[in-house]
Amino acid sequence: MLKEGQIRIPSGCAISGIISREGKPINGRDIVESIRVMHDRSNGLGGGFAGYGIYPQYKEHYAFHIFYDTQEAREECERFIDRHFDVINLSKIPTKKIPAITDEPLIWRYFVSPHPTKLADSQLDESEFVARCVFRVNTEIEGAYIFSSGKNMGVFKAVGFPEDVGEFYRLDEYEGYSWTAHGRYPTNTPGWWGGAHPFALLNYSIVHNGEISSYDANRRYMEMFGYRCSLQTDTEVITYIIDYLSRKKGLSLEETANVIAAPFWSTIEKKPEEEKLRLTYLRNKFASLLITGPFSIIVGFEKGLMMLNDRLKLRSAVIGEKDDRVYMASEESAIRAIEPELDKIWAPKGGNPVIVTVNE
Amino acid sequence: MKIHACDYTDFRELNQAVGESADETVVIDRCVGQRYIGCGISGKEIQITGTPGNALGAYLDGGTIRLKGNAQDATGDTMNDGKILIDGNSGDAAGYAMRGGKIFIRGDAGYRAGIHMKAYEDKIPVLVIGGKAGSFLGEYQAGGVIIVLGLGAEKTPVGNFCGTGMHGGKIFIRCKRLPHDLPPQVKARRASAEDLSSIEGILSEFCKEFSVSKKELENEHFYLLTPDSANPYKQLYVTN
Repeated sequence: MLKEGQIRIPSGCAISGIISREGKPINGRDIVESIRVMHDRSNGLGGGFAGYGIYPQYKEHYAFHIFYDTQEAREECERFIDRHFDVINLSKIPTKKIPAITDEPLIWRYFVSPHPTKLADSQLDESEFVARCVFRVNTEIEGAYIFSSGKNMGVFKAVGFPEDVGEFYRLDEYEGYSWTAHGRYPTNTPGWWGGAHPFALLNYSIVHNGEISSYDANRRYMEMFGYRCSLQTDTEVITYIIDYLSRKKGLSLEETANVIAAPFWSTIEKKPEEEKLRLTYLRNKFASLLITGPFSIIVGFEKGLMMLNDRLKLRSAVIGEKDDRVYMASEESAIRAIEPELDKIWAPKGGNPVIVTVNE
Repeated sequence: MKIHACDYTDFRELNQAVGESADETVVIDRCVGQRYIGCGISGKEIQITGTPGNALGAYLDGGTIRLKGNAQDATGDTMNDGKILIDGNSGDAAGYAMRGGKIFIRGDAGYRAGIHMKAYEDKIPVLVIGGKAGSFLGEYQAGGVIIVLGLGAEKTPVGNFCGTGMHGGKIFIRCKRLPHDLPPQVKARRASAEDLSSIEGILSEFCKEFSVSKKELENEHFYLLTPDSANPYKQLYVTN
């Protein structure tokens, strides 16, 4: 099969997210029912979900979800994992055979902790050590792809319509404090299991509707810091940008949003002096990380979700609120489907991030 | 005829049922995201509750669509005639490229309302927004009338970049202060008595449909935005 970069398929997409501000458990069924409403925004070439707070019994360990094309790839990858990590538990991810989902790779899950000696020898902090291991597997072991690597969270994705993907992974057996979902209508690139959304690195995950015109500029900049884009899919680079700005540079998510969806110079010009300086600094310092083109994204992170539009708002985004829950989706109907009576419903402005976190 | 939208997960089947109904009035309840409702039809009244999907009343060619609830994106896309009444808010791009008929929105509209509206002879589309409009109101407007009433709004009820690329038609905004960033190709002035009399009928109709007091509209003046000349973009892109 021709993969990302070898073929161009023109295209839309659907995104949805739910979070409980009180950290109450939300069954995976809810997010599946939400994304199901937007079936027509996808074309069956990819669907996926990210759940946070789903592995409380292993919350101190990194949960690797891995696709393998072959048993040999699994054996080679497991040798690598054994050299670098202590494996607390490993198993196939439970799935349900359904006619709508076919040609699945081997899908495994490992709960791991970095090997103490290896970690000490690397002189890296723990998260950087784990991230580098993920990049090594994904770029150096043919047929192995770690598509989820955070703690107490996990990504579930496949080729198919999202509602079928949810059934395939038996998401009604999971509960978490937040969920995101994606229905794919591939833009320029083919649908394959690794190319489905969400894209994740450590605890960050991204679902994205849109097409990024600045992809190559963003990618070249990120490669200077060791982020290797192996999929030629625009969403992959957004994941790395968020990881770089938030985890490595220590920017807040608001500041990260001000970099990737920076206001126009003409808008900055009209801001009060201090705000003007702040926005100018961020635009200049990270000029190559401005993301242009249409996008709406939901970023999942530990204890929170962020929804963000491109500054021109060329993709739709709606926020609904009901009691402790906040809903985010491409369409209002995807929210009404699971919560008909909302306290509040509104549309964020282009470039203005909506950040919701679980109360501590 | 009464249709429970929840019985139709596929929008094609729902729209077929609407189209094939011999009744003049079709009631659709519990709508959840079904697209293209009333697409291209004429001569019917469709009453909807719930949240219909994108492109409600696209290519509408007559008749009336009444929605109790919020509309999503691209309501009345390229509509030619008829009336769409939204007793709620609208998503982005309401009245996209409409060339006839009327869209009344009781609440707020999202980004790009009235983008690329056009007019030809007696075909003059009308878009009225009761509350606020998002950024890029009337982007590339080529004809027709857009009215923003700003009911309940504390500040100028339009977002940034209002009238960008406008080269025809009129935008009326009921407000104290003009938007701060009008493009140079758009000129603005206080609406005269004559300007206002041209929309008098539309305002009465809007007030009647949504039980808004006409008096309330009189306590604030209107500004009128029009393109600066017949060819305001001369030499902006090419020497012409």
